[in-house]
Amino acid sequence: MTLSLVSLTFIAVIGLLAIGLYALLVVHNLIKVVVALQILAKGAILGFILAGRINGQIGLAESLALTVIIVDTIVAVIGLSLAVQIRHHMGTLDVSALTRLRR
Amino acid sequence: MAWFILIMAGMLICAAMAVVAKRLLVSAIWLAIASALLALLIYLLGAPELAVIELSVGAGLVTVLFVFAISIAGEEGHIHQSLLPKWLAGIVIAVSVGLIGWLCLPDLGFEMPQLVPTRLSTVLWELRGADVILQVILIFAGVLGVLGLLSGEQSTISKEPDA
Repeated sequence: MTLSLVSLTFIAVIGLLAIGLYALLVVHNLIKVVVALQILAKGAILGFILAGRINGQIGLAESLALTVIIVDTIVAVIGLSLAVQIRHHMGTLDVSALTRLRR
Repeated sequence: MAWFILIMAGMLICAAMAVVAKRLLVSAIWLAIASALLALLIYLLGAPELAVIELSVGAGLVTVLFVFAISIAGEEGHIHQSLLPKWLAGIVIAVSVGLIGWLCLPDLGFEMPQLVPTRLSTVLWELRGADVILQVILIFAGVLGVLGLLSGEQSTISKEPDA
């Protein structure tokens, strides 16, 4: 079975989404969570480009993917600043240690 | 084609390394490499303008932000048990990926259609002008977020005691 360029790119999209989702499930560090979100957004961007390329509307796909890039950069900024503030107020970056009830 | 497969595999490996890397700084660098390879992939797919933006924002700006945040927050020393066992998360992801691949891949066997070149600037400014306003607002929100990142130093003074 020989793979076309379309299915190869689709495999890349699914691979990026799978890695990002797996990271969101197992990762504990708040900064690593932002890394996982970045990987998920990369999958979304590549998916947009693939869809636009198949449809013949690459310009539209590019403009949508541009919005996704900006949104995911802003998500990274807000997430990282939340992580920094949490580190300063609670003294840890561990997601499971953030509750005050168990301590 | 061979180059495409090589870049694609490299990107996926770099993304996986960013997840499994022990140190946060190493993780950020793997993410930057994955981002650069993604930009190359986007260029090969026929969207050069977006590739430039992804390269400068994804591999440049985001990496700077990560390094800055890690240098303020510091590395976390010890590693805890994960909420979900790793094998369970692996099975969940493998099953969903297998299902999507089994459903979608047979329909995607066709060749890539011929590239119809359209200018990004035309589409962006004439068809999707509202997006530009949204992006400006988002960038403004990002600037406010950077203020939160910067004020991390002073907030130690007003640290409340643990209840």
